[in-house]
Amino acid sequence: MNGLTRRQFGLLLGAGASTLAMPAYLRAQDKPRVVVIGGGPGGATVAKYVAKDSAGAIDVTLINDGETFTTCFFSNLYLGDFRTFESITHSYDQLASAYGINKVTGRAVSVDREAKTVTLADGSTVPYDRLVLAPGIDVIYDSVPGYSEEAAEIAPHAWKAGAQTQLLKEKLDAVEDGQNIVMVAPPNPYRCPPGPYERVSMFAHVLKKKGFTQSKIFVIDPKETFSKQALFTEGWEKHYPGMVEWYGPDVHGGLKSVDVAAGTVETDLDTFEGALLNIIPAQRAGAIAIDAGVTNEAGWAPIDAGSMRSTIDEAIYVIGDASIAGDMPKSGFSANSQAKVAALNIRADLTDAQAFPARYSNTCWSLIETDDGVKVGAQYEPQDGKITALDAFVSQPGESAELRKETYEESIGWYSGIIEDTFA
Amino acid sequence: MSARPRVRVPETATKGEAVLIRALISHQMESGQRRDNAGNLIPRRIINTFTCAFNGHPVFSCDLAPAISANPYFEFSVKATESGTFTFTWADDDGSVYMDEQRIEVS
Ligand SMILES: Cc1cc2nc3c(=O)[nH]c(=O)nc-3n(C[C@H](O)[C@H](O)[C@H](O)COP(=O)(O)OP(=O)(O)OC[C@H]3O[C@@H](n4cnc5c(N)ncnc54)[C@H](O)[C@@H]3O)c2cc1C
Repeated sequence: MNGLTRRQFGLLLGAGASTLAMPAYLRAQDKPRVVVIGGGPGGATVAKYVAKDSAGAIDVTLINDGETFTTCFFSNLYLGDFRTFESITHSYDQLASAYGINKVTGRAVSVDREAKTVTLADGSTVPYDRLVLAPGIDVIYDSVPGYSEEAAEIAPHAWKAGAQTQLLKEKLDAVEDGQNIVMVAPPNPYRCPPGPYERVSMFAHVLKKKGFTQSKIFVIDPKETFSKQALFTEGWEKHYPGMVEWYGPDVHGGLKSVDVAAGTVETDLDTFEGALLNIIPAQRAGAIAIDAGVTNEAGWAPIDAGSMRSTIDEAIYVIGDASIAGDMPKSGFSANSQAKVAALNIRADLTDAQAFPARYSNTCWSLIETDDGVKVGAQYEPQDGKITALDAFVSQPGESAELRKETYEESIGWYSGIIEDTFA
Repeated sequence: MSARPRVRVPETATKGEAVLIRALISHQMESGQRRDNAGNLIPRRIINTFTCAFNGHPVFSCDLAPAISANPYFEFSVKATESGTFTFTWADDDGSVYMDEQRIEVS
């Protein structure tokens, strides 16, 4: 589907009400209005690029429920003592001062698609001509029997960064030699496919550094296989021999329940005990996308592969984790890349800007142990209505220490780059 | 790190039914081929045999090779003929023997 240009849009309206020569928003106010819900790598990037590249022709409002943003990416490195919490937390001040974006701190609670307004928790409403939904994910607590929002205060998921991440770090640092960690990994699709396994590596790094020899890390996974499995398995055997035990459903036979007070994870095979439980439930698009009615039965938003426009509502774009982006994994890199495609198409919708064919890219780096970095990635293009991977690449088992170090250093450069691109 | 067995046997079965038995042991299975950071070979230490007996009679047994990956897992079916006890035994290169027992009621 091609995006409607501003001119076509005007003509369509004109055809419906013959006296109307201009789009409604141009009569009602000076500038078309773009509202973005969610200030992560998806939302903050789209807000920035629409504001910056339209040079004041479009009014941009960015709604996020926090004053600052802590990235999930590199939050595992924070757990492993490679980064501080401050170094993964960022402010929106630059976006407001450099590009004139209206930053609203608050929670969007509903979208009226008829009236084209967003209502915030404080009762105020914000009108839009184009709405971008970039709310990320919500965890489905009851996908794990025995788990809940309250239970997450004892057994953190830490799959949204912030207080949960700090709680997990506190619990990790309190583990004593001989005590175990049990992770329940999530089913597909979920945010950051290699994320749980990078986290396991960082858990192991911390225990190893303290000289622990008796502790174990059990991973109870609902999946038969996982991202970069050969690389992680090789790395765990090399750096943390005997410490990590990963079990897929063919061995554990299925997760039955968790008891966070007792510190147990019961599977069909046996009960696993841990002083620290890290429960990562199944996921779906952030609630606002579901409330707005732009998601499918599974809770994810279908989009047009060439523009990131919702296939359900022409005035809405959905980017980042909340969208169904074909072959692209749910990652910060993907969200940032999708944001740029959406920004261009929104500008073409609302101004005379020209939209170009969509091109996306992603790389997911993971750190297994100090200077042992690996990566997987691809370029993507729309093909037959789906975002399709071209030129995929992945690190190989047995690579030299120099190459792994280079890969890790590349990831550090990427982190500074994406933060700059998103928030500055 | 000590080895730890985890076994799953149905608690009940009907006579003649094939019951599925699953047995896992946490064990590093050190192959004897790996070197430590100083370049010295790490001595071989694996689980070399696994056996399962029912009411004292062997029903399944297996020799393991150094190439088998850590935490060996077995799954096999046994025909339930009478109530009784399964005994599982893992023999370690270092002479240790790990055992587990599970009862089944057959009606
Ligand atoms: C442990 C871990 C490691 C990861 N590592 C990497 C990595 O190395 N590389 C990588 O590329 N990706 C990584 N990721 C994935 C990455 O964090 C996500 O894919 C990315 O953050 C998605 O961006 P987003 O903009 O779609 O959503 P988010 O980043 O989740 O941003 C959404 C924002 O919107 C806010 N929000 C939601 N609903 C509302 C509402 N109704 N009103 C107001 N605000 C709202 C949220 O609070 C949040 O601030 C990792 C994830 C995890 C969990």
